[in-house]
Amino acid sequence: MDKPDLSLSRRDLLIASAASAAWASAPTEAAASPVSGPPGTVPSSRVSLEVNGTAHALELDNRTTLLDALREHLHLTGTKKGCDHGQCGACTVLVNGERINACLTLVVMNDGAKVTTIEGLGTPSRMHPLQAAFVKHDGYQCGYCTPGQICSAVGALDEIRRGVPSHVTADLNAKPMLSAEELRERMSGNLCRCGAYSNILDAISETEGVRT
Amino acid sequence: MKPFTYERARSPAEAAAAVTRDPAAKFIAGGTNLLDLMKLQIEAPAHLVDVNGLALDRIEATSDGGLRIGALVRNTALASDERVRRDYAVLSRALMAGASGQLRNRATTAGNLLQRTRCPYFYDTDQQCNKRKPGSGCSAIGGYSRQLAVVGGSQACIATHPSDMAVAMRVLDANVETVRSDGRTRVIPIADFHRLPGDTPHIDTALGRDELITAVTLPRPPGGTQVYRKVRDRSSYAFALVSVAAIVQRDGTGRLALGGVAPKPWRDPAADAALREGAKAATTRLMAQAKPTQDNAFKVALAERTIAAALLQARS
Repeated sequence: MDKPDLSLSRRDLLIASAASAAWASAPTEAAASPVSGPPGTVPSSRVSLEVNGTAHALELDNRTTLLDALREHLHLTGTKKGCDHGQCGACTVLVNGERINACLTLVVMNDGAKVTTIEGLGTPSRMHPLQAAFVKHDGYQCGYCTPGQICSAVGALDEIRRGVPSHVTADLNAKPMLSAEELRERMSGNLCRCGAYSNILDAISETEGVRT
Repeated sequence: MKPFTYERARSPAEAAAAVTRDPAAKFIAGGTNLLDLMKLQIEAPAHLVDVNGLALDRIEATSDGGLRIGALVRNTALASDERVRRDYAVLSRALMAGASGQLRNRATTAGNLLQRTRCPYFYDTDQQCNKRKPGSGCSAIGGYSRQLAVVGGSQACIATHPSDMAVAMRVLDANVETVRSDGRTRVIPIADFHRLPGDTPHIDTALGRDELITAVTLPRPPGGTQVYRKVRDRSSYAFALVSVAAIVQRDGTGRLALGGVAPKPWRDPAADAALREGAKAATTRLMAQAKPTQDNAFKVALAERTIAAALLQARS
């Protein structure tokens, strides 16, 4: 039986990049339109993205996920590839303000989107309050899931503010509470194999004044 | 992933036509299930028709007092809609019991109905699976079947439908609206939308190849107390072992649908009629044709207890 090919090999990427370079100068009818190269080349598309406030125009193999575009092409390696199947949450970023799994969306499906990654939330000298709280509360051990945890927390807190209910919201017709129970449920799409959950919860809670 | 060409559809009929032209084409909306399957080469479309640009993302009142939910309304938006929370609480609850916050922000209403089974033998391409590869056999029957169907399966397939949302849609008597490439539309009652496997388990739904879901409609609010109770191996972010969608009126009458036990949301008019007699009577009807395996026989007892808990919750 064939083993499934789980990701692009580096060689495939190089081939795709070479094809992109060759076709970058070809005339097109519209920006961000699908591009068909000559026979034998991999189908690619032009995509515009605003990532952390900076505009990017890319031409990429149609198979490129948003996650791979961020890491392999824009070299924003803060966003992590864990399972690559939407099960672990390590790749969580904010697209047009909403948290999603960057591994389960094609970059070509996000043409014109505004993307915020961990690099866009704060810097080592000017940390986002959640970043500072994760440091203070030791909300990690190995740190691999941390960018996804923090981006997910930013999205989850915004969802609470916007009145999005959760599985543990008692009254569907009332504004959801900011409680430890709510935060635990809303963060369940982010796994931490080191098991830093209690400290992650403490970090998120502190930024919102929730008692745990 | 296999290489594929990509286009953005400009109208529902045009999208349907694009998929009709190319037998290896598929629609893509949220992508949260399709891309997962494409990475494993369980799905390998040669062309993707992106329907995200179609204006099918609104929730509107219908003339008969119900709601029309656009095919592209995201799970989070549907669960959060004020009318859904107030009048169709079972739907909001079912949506929030499924997946994760990240997935619900992208997953669409139509895509949720169309998601494939999570049977481990469907996902493992080294195993036999009649749903993935027709005629190859079923490794699940006689294999590790703890998560799989106890009722509605066949000699060819015992996969379950993984959706929570669809179970609520079933108890709410939703209708699925579609359009074909020539512009013809039709309405499919949710009861007829998902198929039982029989000897063709690779066909999940009643949709034609050139048919695109445009909306799901809900009839007038059914009233009563609406409950969605899900039992799973961990308290969040897991598929159901058993789930119960229940709508119970003050006089004790009502309706029930089960998730996690069958190839489609499982409902039986005889069980609804027996609801006032209690969980045991309803479960006897729902499980009349059950053929559990040694691994999943627990689901029959768990269904009765989960129905009992749901009825207690509805009446308290």
